[in-house]
Amino acid sequence: MLISIVNPNDRPVVLDAKGIVKTFGQVKALNGVDLAVTRQELVFVIGPSGSGKSTLLRCCNRLEEPTAGAVYVDGIDILNRGININAVRRHIGMVFQSFNLYPHMTALGNVTLALRRVLKLSTRDANSRGMEALDGVGLTDKAGAYPGELSGGQQQRVAIARALSLEPKIMLFDEPTSALDPELVGSVLEVMRRMRNTGMTMVVVSHEMRFAREAADRVIFMDEGHIVEEGTPSDIFEAPQHQRTRTFLSAVTQK
Amino acid sequence: MSALERIKHNFFDLEVIEKYAPSIIDGLWVTLHLALFIIVCGLVLGLLLAVVRSFQLRFINWLIIFVVDIFRALPPIVIMIVFYFALPFVGIQMSGFVVAWLSLTLVLASFVEEIFWAGILSVDKGQWEAARSTGLSFFQTLCNVVLPQAIRMTIPPLTNRTIVITKSTAIASVVAVPEILSQAGAAQGFSANTTPLTMAAIAYLLIFIPLVAMSRVIESKFAWKR
Repeated sequence: MLISIVNPNDRPVVLDAKGIVKTFGQVKALNGVDLAVTRQELVFVIGPSGSGKSTLLRCCNRLEEPTAGAVYVDGIDILNRGININAVRRHIGMVFQSFNLYPHMTALGNVTLALRRVLKLSTRDANSRGMEALDGVGLTDKAGAYPGELSGGQQQRVAIARALSLEPKIMLFDEPTSALDPELVGSVLEVMRRMRNTGMTMVVVSHEMRFAREAADRVIFMDEGHIVEEGTPSDIFEAPQHQRTRTFLSAVTQK
Repeated sequence: MSALERIKHNFFDLEVIEKYAPSIIDGLWVTLHLALFIIVCGLVLGLLLAVVRSFQLRFINWLIIFVVDIFRALPPIVIMIVFYFALPFVGIQMSGFVVAWLSLTLVLASFVEEIFWAGILSVDKGQWEAARSTGLSFFQTLCNVVLPQAIRMTIPPLTNRTIVITKSTAIASVVAVPEILSQAGAAQGFSANTTPLTMAAIAYLLIFIPLVAMSRVIESKFAWKR
């Protein structure tokens, strides 16, 4: 029997960033970066600190305004001044290194705020959808807890639920486990692994190389505002083409 | 007369107390009304100014900073005298009560604006980014995420400043507002006895001790687990 395998190249492009340049004063953080992500793809971005990976991510939902270039999300030119950026952003989930939960709201309150204010759901509908999202990250029992009462891993899972509850077309992760104690990293990666298995399109900036190896479709190595090389995890980790990639990988895997 | 009798005669003369209690109580009501109007209007106006300022419109921000700095720099008594004695020359006439209310409201609003503004600035940038990344607008983020945190952080300086400014209602006596101190001053003159000042002090305590106590309750209520 013939099993049809979907060619990744046939899948629609969810995120298409072209020639992104971002300068901060004299500093060029991004120097003409292209990033295209197809549906259900998990793209991993690695590189030394200051290489521009976070800036690239933040240009993709216009938290940072690119100096030059174009960003299309689901075909919409998000840098166009005429579009309603708020309507676009709800389709682009983002998870931050420092969680950024609202400290004055419960876990459920954190998840439902945008459901109520952006999607204009009633409190009841927002709560039931919020509980579903918390269930997805295994935290229904913490719905009434405030961020200060949760561990870092739990906070980050609430932050993921907050983004996921809006049913985004793509999720951006900005070093989601870098602020976590080592023993809490696993629970967050587990949630991300499950998202990947349910077909979420994801761009992950992270130093979790083992996770990249097992879960990523494509790994991008960035340095000094450029993409140095990209390929499958085995391409990058087993046969890196560039000296800079080799130097970085050996430095990271040594620790 | 022994020292004790002298103290009793000058500060706790029962006859004087009985005779002037009604006018001190009248003054107490005036002070209470004035204080409440100032607190409500000053806090609301100060918050509004801070919200307007957060939109970062250059010309409007200059104007807010300019006005707020003037009202923070001038002694409240000077503002009252200008409003009461100088503005009539340009055709603006206000009663002493309105002058006292307006002056202290503007002073309180100016300090409150600065306190709220500092609170808004001290909320972590990540809070803005997280909220905006879920599609909340600038204004929704300000109202739902930033202000609740800014207000909580600024409750102690806010209550302190509110009490300090509200106590300045005592200087409204210079613009002929029949509040506690002006009633007590008149009674002191008529009776040639300082007992009315004791009564005024007690009247102030009656108003401000509950206010101070309330500020403590608010402060502890708004502290939240971090």
